[in-house]
Amino acid sequence: MISRDKIRNFSIVAHIDHGKSTLADRLIQVTGGLTEREMSAQVLDNMDIERERGITIKAQTVRLDYTAEDGETYILNLMDTPGHVDFTYEVSRCLNACEGSLLVVDASQGVEAQTLANVYQAIDADHEIVPVLNKIDLPAAEPDRVKEQIEDVIGIDASDAVEMSAKTGMGVPDVLEAIVQRLPPPSEGDADKPLKASLVDAYYDPYMGVVVIVRIMDGVMKKKQKVKMIETDATYELDRVGYFRAGRLEDADALYPGEVGFLTASIKEVADCAVGDTITDDKKPCEGVLPGFKEVQPVVFCGLFPVDAAAFDDLRNAMGKLRLNDASFSFEMESSAALGFGFRCGFLGLLHLEIIQERLSREFDLDLIATAPSVVYEMEMRDGSMLELHNPADMPDVMQIMEIREPWISSTIMTPDEYLGGILKLCQERRGLQTDLSYVGTRAMVKYELPLNEVVFDFYDRLKSISKGYASFDYTVKEHRAEDLVKMSILVNEEPVDALSMLVHRSRAEGRGRAMCERLKDLIPRHQFKIPIQAAIGGKVIARETIAAMRKDVTAKCYGGDASRKRKLLDKQKAGKKRMRQFGKVEIPQEAFVAALKMDGDG
Amino acid sequence: MLEFEPHRGFGVYIHWPYCAKICPYCDFNVYAAKQRDVAPLLSAIEKDLTTWREKTGPRQVDTIFLGGGTPSLIPPKEVKYLIDVIASMWGLAPDVEISLEANPDDRSAFVGLAKAGINRLSLGVQSLNNDALKFLGRNHNAEEALRAIEEARSAFPSLSLDFIYALPRQNLIEWKQELSGIIDLKADHLSLYELTIEQRTAFGKAVGRGEWQPADDDTAADLYEITQEMMCEAGYPAYEISNHAISSQHHAQHNLVYWNSGDWLGIGPGAHGRVTIDGNRYETVAERRPEKYISVVEDTALGLASQNILTIEDVANERVMMGLRKTSGISKSDFEVLVGRKFNQETLSEFIDDGLLEETDNNLQLTPAGRLLADYVSSRLVL
Ligand SMILES: Nc1nc2c(ncn2[C@@H]2O[C@H](COP(=O)(O)OP(=O)(O)OP(=O)(O)O)[C@@H](O)[C@H]2O)c(=O)[nH]1
Ligand code: SF4
Ligand SMILES: [Mg+2]
Repeated sequence: MISRDKIRNFSIVAHIDHGKSTLADRLIQVTGGLTEREMSAQVLDNMDIERERGITIKAQTVRLDYTAEDGETYILNLMDTPGHVDFTYEVSRCLNACEGSLLVVDASQGVEAQTLANVYQAIDADHEIVPVLNKIDLPAAEPDRVKEQIEDVIGIDASDAVEMSAKTGMGVPDVLEAIVQRLPPPSEGDADKPLKASLVDAYYDPYMGVVVIVRIMDGVMKKKQKVKMIETDATYELDRVGYFRAGRLEDADALYPGEVGFLTASIKEVADCAVGDTITDDKKPCEGVLPGFKEVQPVVFCGLFPVDAAAFDDLRNAMGKLRLNDASFSFEMESSAALGFGFRCGFLGLLHLEIIQERLSREFDLDLIATAPSVVYEMEMRDGSMLELHNPADMPDVMQIMEIREPWISSTIMTPDEYLGGILKLCQERRGLQTDLSYVGTRAMVKYELPLNEVVFDFYDRLKSISKGYASFDYTVKEHRAEDLVKMSILVNEEPVDALSMLVHRSRAEGRGRAMCERLKDLIPRHQFKIPIQAAIGGKVIARETIAAMRKDVTAKCYGGDASRKRKLLDKQKAGKKRMRQFGKVEIPQEAFVAALKMDGDG
Repeated sequence: MLEFEPHRGFGVYIHWPYCAKICPYCDFNVYAAKQRDVAPLLSAIEKDLTTWREKTGPRQVDTIFLGGGTPSLIPPKEVKYLIDVIASMWGLAPDVEISLEANPDDRSAFVGLAKAGINRLSLGVQSLNNDALKFLGRNHNAEEALRAIEEARSAFPSLSLDFIYALPRQNLIEWKQELSGIIDLKADHLSLYELTIEQRTAFGKAVGRGEWQPADDDTAADLYEITQEMMCEAGYPAYEISNHAISSQHHAQHNLVYWNSGDWLGIGPGAHGRVTIDGNRYETVAERRPEKYISVVEDTALGLASQNILTIEDVANERVMMGLRKTSGISKSDFEVLVGRKFNQETLSEFIDDGLLEETDNNLQLTPAGRLLADYVSSRLVL
């Protein structure tokens, strides 16, 4: 058993791309967790999608043995967290299992929106924080200015911030020393008390089944022990316990107070584990339970339909498998007049949506149509009941609705001053309410309350383009507020297309309707007849466009050598037709369902 | 099981891949003529023909087409030799059509070619307007073209002229004027093509670079419609999307083999063929590069780069895609019997209701409006 004061559990938190994972990789390398040869580009970001996109999606844990300058060997348990706002909940879980955090700030960029969001979470979790200025190798690095910023904006002392480069390895030894000297060991923890452990997270491994990440508070967790998960009231006999090493699991006989490790116990799916649950001994339960975590709720919904209706069962299986590993995404069956059978799926945000979609098509080879993302509306009905609406197509008769409420968020945007004007305009257009505006040097920090609905689709893209990529954005969902919302339907050739209907604020309906009609005009190919496209509220048309009839589609010359060309063209059309959906006489390309919603500047 | 059906016709296409100058719009398999020895290619063609004769067994040749490229660059005595080779191998139909493509600047060869046995000349005039001829990168001017037409008319029993319209910025009035000039030439057959910009050509690249823009679809459609109108009035009704004749005797029999899904041999560099042998219909493609073609023939006695067996579905689709181009249309059963199912009735009646297609008994044909959407209609019918 390792003495508690030789243990350091810490999270690495930062804004997206500030270098958390690269630093983590370096720490692993320097402490000998992996040889140079074993170090692939990114050890921790091991999913294909993570490597391709260069982002962390899933938090990762690694245990390192470090012999410090004082000659003592310490157990370091690092937790690399994702920086993207969709995965903030992952950060909060990690924080709960640690006593300290490394706050990584890109010395060339400075404090960004998620730097703030994440560090505040760490402060809330009572963490000791060591600021680390990364990317000091970059010519644009301004460590002194960034230190000042950290002190001004976050209000923590940055005079001892470690300057380092995860790329060159410079300063990494200083980081290790700072971890040992400045971060606290786990407090309390009594090995003689009954087992009390926190269920930090769980993931699915195709060979071992569900692997649970645990943090031991009191007592000892042993192989073969019968444990009980208090919230789910399930008991399991532990198969294995041990530690996370770089790229592998290391078995141990037992885990002791203050340690972070894993257990396996023939648990079938990740959803069987309530993250934040308290694990105790089945026969000798602990007193009280740990506070637990706030449950994550999907905030963005969209319909996913197989392009080929016959692939519905494959889609169902694929979703089940993905869910084994990701309990934060939800799905239930849905049927659409336009798109047939599919699923209504809930996600933590748009990146999460994109990733799940990409995994479905990549790992399961499924061709999917996605409908426009939507938020969850609350409807208070005249009969006093409350309804949650995940899909605008299901909107009840307006006469029976008393009030419609939509989710609002609190957001923080940080931007160089020159882009502020454009950003304020964007927020204003999206019905935002400004709550704060302050400056940190030449960077503005502005806070807005915004309806999630206005942010869900392309807000982030617009923000990036307005600020040439320099603005950062973070948000938390706040509450539902009653608003004057109406259902806008889109009619193509006089027929309503359910998959294109949406709830909009009345003041924005006409603009959105016009933008949608214009986009659809470009997205739907010409047919042999002209096609009216209309946006309507109730029976009233608020915007209209017409796709002119196709006049010409004929090859001028067609002789012996052209027969094969024609056939190849036909094959291509056949493939293309699969990607089309038929609405009455009109074929709509499936890309149109999402692309129709992208708005231009005036959106 | 597919059988060769003699009523669809059997033709021999020979590709001559050399031209005096490569036109900027042309995407055929062509190479600059220079001072080349034509003998190796001619003997490769002969050998290729010989092997094909073994494969097809005895059949009568209905049409021979010397295309290219510029086959008028082949010395007439060699042309005669090739015709004789084909005649001696398969035998020629009594009313055999033997066509050759020529450019106005080769008019000195006309008499010799006619003597060699060519009975139909297809002359690439392209325009009667000197500016247009220049734009199209042609080697001749309008005056030379007129002289060539005169000489060709007296040399060959059947004369066809090619023209290109829908040039950038060409307007209705200009084209109408030019077209009445074309009608006045009193050719037996006229092929009137809308300028098509092919990606890999000089025009394709110029358009890609944004140097100029091709006519838009609406203008091109207007031009097509006016063409149909004027040609009908002048007694040259279309019998295919882009082809018109003064009488059915002058219809291009060889091209009808394509449109009727007959069999044809594709001989010479890059030529495509369709041949039905032993119950299968083959799509054949010859080696594109002349040197490669010659060496492949030397090694294998055939010039093939590839050949595949077409599926029944492919064969039926080709019958529709190619056949609907003819004004006379297709017989429905030609498709339906082959694939063992009917045309989608809903699609069919939609096109009929929209005035794009006509159905009479067992026959389907495009209306004049439908002809402008021929690819759209035919692909939807078979998909
Ligand atoms: N020049 C330089 N580049 C660095 C340094 N550290 C990281 N990077 C680069 O910065 C980019 C982001 O690094 P990551 O380690 O993936 O960042 P992250 O904070 O883990 O990102 P998320 O997990 O997506 O939030 C990568 O391209 C790294 O190669 C550094 O010290 N210097
Ligand atoms: S002469 Fe005919 S085949 Fe030769 S390049 Fe010109 S258009 Fe093409
Ligand atoms: Mg990362």
